[in-house]
Amino acid sequence: MPRTAITIRGLTKAFGRNAVLRGVDLDLPAGQVTVLMGANGAGKSTLVKVLCGVHRADTGEVRLENAPFYPESPAAALRAGVVTVHQNINDGVVPGLDVTSNLLLDSLAEGGAVFLNARRMREEARRIADAVGLEIDVTRPVAGLALADRQLVAIARAMARNPKLLILDEPTSSLSLAEAQRLFALIDRLRDDGVAILYISHRMSDIRRLADRIVSMRDGQISGLFETAPLDYSGAVRAMLGHEITEVDITIPPPGPVVLEARGLKLKPESQPFDLRLHANEVVAVTGLVGSGKSALANVLFGLDRPVSGQITLDAQPHAPANPARAVAAGVFLAAKDRLVNAVIPGFDIQQNLTLPFTARHAGPLGLMRRASERAQAMRSIDDMGVVCQGPRDGILTLSGGNQQKVVVGRWLAEASRLLILDEPFQGVDIKARHDIGRRIRDSAASRATMVMCAELDEALEVADRILVMSEHTIVGDHRNENIDLPRLMAEVAGAADRTDLSA
Amino acid sequence: MKTLSLTDLAIRYGFLLLMAGLIVIFSIAKPAFLSPQSAVFILQSVAITGILALGVTATLVVDGFDLSIGAVATSAMMLSAYVMVIWDMGAVAAVVMCLGMGALVGLVNGLLIVKMRVPDLLATLGMMFLLVGLQRIPTQGNSISTGMVLADGSAATGSFAPSFLMLGRHRIDFILPDLVPLSVVFLIVIAVLVWAFLELTRHGRVMYAIGSNAQAAALAGINVAGYRVLAYVISGVMASIGGILLAARLGRGDVASGNNLLLDSVAAALIGFAVLGAAKPNAFGTAIGALFVGILLQGLTMLNAPYYTQDFIKGAVLVVALVFTFALSGRVGRGRG
Repeated sequence: MPRTAITIRGLTKAFGRNAVLRGVDLDLPAGQVTVLMGANGAGKSTLVKVLCGVHRADTGEVRLENAPFYPESPAAALRAGVVTVHQNINDGVVPGLDVTSNLLLDSLAEGGAVFLNARRMREEARRIADAVGLEIDVTRPVAGLALADRQLVAIARAMARNPKLLILDEPTSSLSLAEAQRLFALIDRLRDDGVAILYISHRMSDIRRLADRIVSMRDGQISGLFETAPLDYSGAVRAMLGHEITEVDITIPPPGPVVLEARGLKLKPESQPFDLRLHANEVVAVTGLVGSGKSALANVLFGLDRPVSGQITLDAQPHAPANPARAVAAGVFLAAKDRLVNAVIPGFDIQQNLTLPFTARHAGPLGLMRRASERAQAMRSIDDMGVVCQGPRDGILTLSGGNQQKVVVGRWLAEASRLLILDEPFQGVDIKARHDIGRRIRDSAASRATMVMCAELDEALEVADRILVMSEHTIVGDHRNENIDLPRLMAEVAGAADRTDLSA
Repeated sequence: MKTLSLTDLAIRYGFLLLMAGLIVIFSIAKPAFLSPQSAVFILQSVAITGILALGVTATLVVDGFDLSIGAVATSAMMLSAYVMVIWDMGAVAAVVMCLGMGALVGLVNGLLIVKMRVPDLLATLGMMFLLVGLQRIPTQGNSISTGMVLADGSAATGSFAPSFLMLGRHRIDFILPDLVPLSVVFLIVIAVLVWAFLELTRHGRVMYAIGSNAQAAALAGINVAGYRVLAYVISGVMASIGGILLAARLGRGDVASGNNLLLDSVAAALIGFAVLGAAKPNAFGTAIGALFVGILLQGLTMLNAPYYTQDFIKGAVLVVALVFTFALSGRVGRGRG
């Protein structure tokens, strides 16, 4: 049994009343790659932030090589030997400086001599680069490097400190295949050197290539641990998505005519083309892991992106909106995910947030707003969505997350649409708000096609008549939401390669 | 919820109280301060900066900034003088060309920012330098006045049209004969129009949405780039109106005047953030801000404060106003509908 680099027992962390980590127990052995999987909000980033000193845990015990480990700051975690490479590569490097300065950044930041000796710095930088097998001209500015090289620089910089634990947060999300191979080679070397590696990813190909063990997280707890070869990848995905699916009582209405049809739609140059048909009076959920292409599909339909190839028709007319305004004019609405970034206007009150996309509806001559009409619409939407508030003129930020979400979803239900796309409409809302929003989406669906993107399977099961599964930017499964074959659906979520395993 | 706390009251009415207090103090010290002539003088002194400030407010609303307004105003002044004195054209042509120039500069600013992705401060700063230089090239750096000697030795034949000069000099009978200058009427009309546009129309609403969260506005189907450009065009046109009034008041194209226009109007717009606790750019606040600066300077002048203390006092007022806005109101935008 290898030495255990880090031991975590009963770790909890709450933000306000929102418990994010609810008793995490986890061991990370030295010289092994542990892959951590978890859906949005499962708590993996919070766990990482506790380990790298950004957040402090509320209760629980963390031991690094048997010594208590409670870093006060990211710098303290780094000194203790816990190194983190974040998803956003530019967090790990300073693009404006050359490779040498980047590799020596931590020692530069800690101070020392006032003047720098350029030659000695270059030698030191080369030594660090060699140690991780990074073949690169250390005098080049980082801004001119490929993404993978930048990432390797960030890792090399981290490795100069002989870390005990290396945390990689979705490191391949912006790398090409060849670039990822170089990263994997480096990870293999570090593993052989006895570094414990915590690797966060949803890419099945990465996981197959690297994982010695897989840990699944769900609702702030470890929901599965897989360490006996051969690794049970489907089991890990199941543990991440949850075993218990609440039976929801959905009566599937007869679908109306086809509203949106896509033929040979290709979202990425290397992805498989697929066909798609959405009917009126039908709620279709699209599920899949983070980065499986759900948002990419929504963006194409809403005019934010162009597909690589393929035809889309809306009510038998070609649909290729140049921008969101055109999409809205054609009757395709998108309630975007991440409401605080993409939807909420913080300076506006509830009423102004509700009427934002359709101000023209409430404007008279010269574009003057008609107060009464706007207020009436706001009151109707507040009523329909069940927004809990004092009145329509309250600031949007005075509302709870769930009620904010009702407002930004409600703004798109105020007008009739041909296709309503909701990208993660249940993100960061409590169970009551989730039910309210889901019910409202279903109740209003008769005259349009509705597409709901959700990574969480039970959300999809709760709201949809039909569930599509996306993986690697294509549709790999299509299920009527009735006596659904869950194991098969989860296998599809876990990735195309896995289906062959199961069918064997 | 109903009873406002002391801090809320301070944020909301603090600035208006301060202004009332100043008026009372100045009136006691110098009773002439309260005369209609004094009030009109104040309004006239703030008319041009007020109009420029209303333009810059439009760009602040979309979370932009326009540093070129002062240069646009002086360019418009030089252009109108050039058109009338050297080209010997009429008042209408001069006004139309100035407005067109302002709109064009605003359009270029907007496109630099939206299409070329130059940060707003840098784009308009560059435009400012460009215009400051450009306006001097046709006359080799000389001011333009009636009968001036041209480069080829001949005298200019044109002159300022009387109807043009009227824009800056005519006074309307109101209570007293010849009391209210036409430029003050322009200020009031423009202030009401800009206020109505920003607060009452859907276009103003959408511009505020862009300023608060541009990404969310774009995802709501709003033409963010178009409205951004519109804001700079409004700003350019307002600045050219200011320049026309300046030329009409001076009766010449003076290369040395208009140095303070940019700073004074930006100060007025930023002071406007604090009025009624809006904590956001707004036309009413901007107008009050301009008035506040005017009252302060007129009062100090009447008390014989030396002219060189004025910039210091303006700066101090601006800093206090920004503290009102950002520290006391906690950066929370209050929807005022």
